Amino acid sequence: MSSLPTSSRVTQREFGGGAPGVDGARSGLIRLHGLNKSYQSGGAALHVLKDVELTIREGELVSIMGSSGSGKSTLLNILGLLDDYDTGSYHLADTLIWNLGERRAAQYRNRFIGFVFQSFNLLAFKTALENVALPLYYQGVPRKERNRLALEYLRKVDLEDRAQHLPSQLSGGQKQRVAIARALIAKPRLLLADEPTGALDSETSLQLMDLLRSINAQGITMVIVTHEPDIAERTDRIITLRDGRVQRAAS
Amino acid sequence: MDTWQEVFEVLRRNKLRAGLTASSVAWGIFLLVLLIAAGNGLRHGVEWEFRDDATNSISLRRGKTSLPYQGHGPGRPVNFENVDLEALRAEVPGVDHMTGRFFLWGGTQISRGQRSAAFDVRGCQPDHQFLEQTIILSGRYINELDLSERRKVAVIGTAVKAALFAEAEDAIGQMINIRGVNFRVVGLFDDVGGDGELRRIYVPLSTAQSMYKGANQMHQIWFTTGAASVAESEDMVTRSRQIIAARHHFDPNDRRAVQASNNLQRFSQLMDIFDWVRTFVWVVGVGTLLAGMVGVSNIMIISVQERTLEIGVRKAIGATPASIVRMILLEALLLTSLAGYLGLVAGVGLVEAFRRYLPENDYIRDPSVDVRVALVATLILVVAGALAGFVPALAAARVRPVVAMRDAHG
Repeated sequence: MSSLPTSSRVTQREFGGGAPGVDGARSGLIRLHGLNKSYQSGGAALHVLKDVELTIREGELVSIMGSSGSGKSTLLNILGLLDDYDTGSYHLADTLIWNLGERRAAQYRNRFIGFVFQSFNLLAFKTALENVALPLYYQGVPRKERNRLALEYLRKVDLEDRAQHLPSQLSGGQKQRVAIARALIAKPRLLLADEPTGALDSETSLQLMDLLRSINAQGITMVIVTHEPDIAERTDRIITLRDGRVQRAAS
Repeated sequence: MDTWQEVFEVLRRNKLRAGLTASSVAWGIFLLVLLIAAGNGLRHGVEWEFRDDATNSISLRRGKTSLPYQGHGPGRPVNFENVDLEALRAEVPGVDHMTGRFFLWGGTQISRGQRSAAFDVRGCQPDHQFLEQTIILSGRYINELDLSERRKVAVIGTAVKAALFAEAEDAIGQMINIRGVNFRVVGLFDDVGGDGELRRIYVPLSTAQSMYKGANQMHQIWFTTGAASVAESEDMVTRSRQIIAARHHFDPNDRRAVQASNNLQRFSQLMDIFDWVRTFVWVVGVGTLLAGMVGVSNIMIISVQERTLEIGVRKAIGATPASIVRMILLEALLLTSLAGYLGLVAGVGLVEAFRRYLPENDYIRDPSVDVRVALVATLILVVAGALAGFVPALAAARVRPVVAMRDAHG
């Protein structure tokens, strides 16, 4: 597994069972080198990320911390192929991510990366089951198979009995677990979480962290953006961003 | 299949938005169908008014001179004679069917045994049948032999038969008495012109002239103009007046001496008006279609805007731009075609109901819609709807997930 899957179906693996790839183990699943990103904001350029150097090995559970405006969300978006960067380089599983084009970026996201958002971002008019099944729809998996897998993943996050509920009928913690099931159903190698506990109370937050840790233990590389120290403490390594620069990259 | 299911699902879960779009499309098509039907109905109404006589006919009526001419003062009556008729037939180019008409004015008492009633009696020639569009139900019409032999034969309308004969009785071959003279009934006719025309009796022109002090005169000369244009038919009126003026010594420009009524001209004037009505209907129709298009695109734009988050999420979990465009286009297509079809069915249904239950009147008759026209209109709106959805769909496909989610959550 030295390169990203392209248009073919992602290699079927057990839930979270992706063993660290050979290349990933040697050189890091994620490698950022001298990466810069700025936004045009009212005529003035806002330099958000400055010469970011970062390596994340396959199977790692890292957190990115930083005050608001430190660039952590931008970094996560770039890692998730949701945004592009100006200069430098980003290698994901030894593939240079540059000028992918919308279509290929979408395919990589679909088959390689799972997302968990602070605000859950479930589709309000779809049931929990349909939300979880949605990534498979974009892989062309038949409806029956989709729903079967979706139910299986809902079981993994202990929400099988809520399958036919709409998001509005679920609590915050339940919504985030649905979102996690949705992120995992495409069997990603990388899970990116943007303030996954930001909208949850502290007890639910800790439960969710336990869930994320158990998923990570099954081999899925995980990057969590947070500003809560007690969440960050539960990760293997904390990367702190300050004014767009990586402050410290040690656990 | 799966894509359609997804589209159905989205529409089902967003009923208000779907309903608004659908109703604007359905309404547009509905109005268009009604408009076209109303236009056709008006047109058919006019055509119906003209249906019972040949539309390309000119009738000349004798009058009195109104202009002095070669020492004659005005006020002289003009007579149409048999030779005038023959002169017109020979000298006016383009004359097709032609007949003289001799009227026994003011309801003539007709009797048969104990039964009697008043009817119009008209002397005419064989071509009169074509000009009046008389339909022979049984027997025959007046023929040339009747004319040359001045036979006492009559062709009677169904209302005349009903008044003078028992219901089961066959009128053909029976005698009726017209002002003291017995006529043999040789034909029974119907006429779509209405009851008044069915209360008529036609007899040979020559018979009428000789028996009722007509000598060789007649009241009207009536002829068709063949394939002549409106301008040519007007020339024929002028030419006819000149010929008669020369024979009877009056000013050829004296319109009162020979009063002409050009059916073709009246008909084509009305048809001109209805061409305008038709154009108007189409202009309004196209406007309605445009309004429908604007409505659809408006709602599609709003729909895409309020779905920015949804689209962002879909893209984050792997939707390609093409799949987003496809989804939104299919929604627009499905919605507009379903709604267009509904509007079409409702419109055609209402028009059919009108056709069936509309009381007979002189203005609107047989309103109808060419289903092909309505289908094409629907198709145009559907395509327009899809096009209208295309621009916002492209915009949606360009939505960056990050921006979408940031905007949606503030």
